[in-house]
Amino acid sequence: MIEFDRVAKRFPDGTEAVREITLTVPSRRTTVLVGSSGSGKTTLLRMVNRMVEPSSGQVRIDDEDVATLNPVTLRRRIGYVLQGGGLLPHRRVLDNIVTVLRLNGVRRRSAEERGLELMDTVGLDRALARRYPGQLSGGQQQRVGVARALAVDPNILLMDEPFGAVDPIVRTDLQNELLRLQSTLDKTVLFVTHDIEEAFILGDQVVILKPGGVIAQQGTPAEILADPADDFVATFIGAERGQRALRVEDHNGTQVVVDGRGRPAGVLAEGVPRQ
Amino acid sequence: MTWVGANIAQVWNLSVLHLWLSVQPIVIGFVIAVPLGLVAWRYRWLRGGLLSVIGLLYTIPSLALFVLLPPVIGISVLADANLVIALSIYAVALMTRFAADAFAAVDPVVRRSAVAIGYSSWRRFWAVDLPLAGPALLAGLRVVAVSTVSLVTVGILVGIDSLGLLFTDGLQRGILAEIATGIVMTVVIALVLDLVIALAGRLLMPWARRPPRRRRWLPWRSSRTSARGATAAEVAE
Ligand SMILES: Nc1ncnc2c1ncn2[C@@H]1O[C@H](COP(=O)(O)OP(=O)(O)OP(=O)(O)O)[C@@H](O)[C@H]1O
Ligand SMILES: [Mg+2]
Repeated sequence: MIEFDRVAKRFPDGTEAVREITLTVPSRRTTVLVGSSGSGKTTLLRMVNRMVEPSSGQVRIDDEDVATLNPVTLRRRIGYVLQGGGLLPHRRVLDNIVTVLRLNGVRRRSAEERGLELMDTVGLDRALARRYPGQLSGGQQQRVGVARALAVDPNILLMDEPFGAVDPIVRTDLQNELLRLQSTLDKTVLFVTHDIEEAFILGDQVVILKPGGVIAQQGTPAEILADPADDFVATFIGAERGQRALRVEDHNGTQVVVDGRGRPAGVLAEGVPRQ
Repeated sequence: MTWVGANIAQVWNLSVLHLWLSVQPIVIGFVIAVPLGLVAWRYRWLRGGLLSVIGLLYTIPSLALFVLLPPVIGISVLADANLVIALSIYAVALMTRFAADAFAAVDPVVRRSAVAIGYSSWRRFWAVDLPLAGPALLAGLRVVAVSTVSLVTVGILVGIDSLGLLFTDGLQRGILAEIATGIVMTVVIALVLDLVIALAGRLLMPWARRPPRRRRWLPWRSSRTSARGATAAEVAE
């Protein structure tokens, strides 16, 4: 469990990135921070592994104030997928994946064995192991980032727009894979995105941030959809444009679900005529 | 050409000597300049002053340095060490700025991500900063190497033998072939050193060769690459 206790961050240049946020990230669940660019998502995430020190307030992991922990050891036991991959360009794929294992003193042989297994886990062809990150596609690089974060089998996984730089198809792929992984791995995941669809797909709990680092609403996707807290949330999730208000139309006996603009969103399963 | 034939042994000996006299200051200068450059990059407030002072060293006339250095450190003007130390000073003067720029050019995002996954600053320097500054460091080293090879010849003016001997001797005796040989061999040594450094870079930093960029040299491939590039861009949109 990660607890943000009235944390705020004001950068030396005066930017208020986060303002008095209190938030509990439950264990073995996925919590998604979502908000537009500059709403303090990355800043909040970085407070967990002490890449950013809060100006006030406290971040606790399982009741332990992170400010009292050694930052290097703390970082080595937290999986962190960075915005834009953050791979080391001069290390081969496999070396990137096993970096933290090696830092922790695991022998090369066993680290690499584990690294290859992780490539399978995240759906990377083992043939890519000896390539450099620059020789991979964006989606493959993201997978390497995920594998690297999983390497030390951390309890906590911080993911900062891990699927930001890929096309929609690969993105959907990666999302599905994360859901599959999470169903077996049971990590405490703190996931950052600016895409509300992604937040609703992945999040057990979704936290919507407003510009300036303020929580606009938090809850399950269903709770947020059912009852947007204010106009900001309604706009953000697309409710006010009628995109979320679905209705059913009959097309030759098939029940087609359409959104507020009349665009088809799918078919009603019960409405499909049996053959 | 007859002169060369008759003196081939001497030309060879002087070339080897010249090479040895060049390599020492290049290596010493590099080893001293990299930490200095690191300090200049790391402590911003120091950077301006440090780089200016070290850069000024380069403006000391070499002849003056050859004469002034021996009494200060207590060696003979004729000692090889005199030349090696003087040229190391020039190498440091040139290389420190290259090194400071090389460290400054390392992508801060990569550096930060290394910290974020748990590198301590010490290990990060060896495993991330140094290798990523490597290509720029070697580019600087190539400039230093070529400059040093040509500076070694100046040592002859205070009596330290090198290929420079072929210039002064050829001038005195009016043998054009001797002067020409001196020039050609100096250039050859500079080229060889440059090549060795470039090859070492390729071996040590295979990741620095960017395959996509090299492909562009081949016209029949470049059309395919650009076509693929366009599709990638469309997908990204
Ligand atoms: N080191 C810093 N110094 C000063 N201001 C900063 C620093 N880091 C972030 N900020 C500012 O803090 C605010 C929040 O930044 P943050 O990176 O947390 O946003 P974000 O929600 O992750 O945005 P994005 O979706 O674009 O990644 C922004 O206004 C940003 O400019
Ligand atoms: Mg961010």
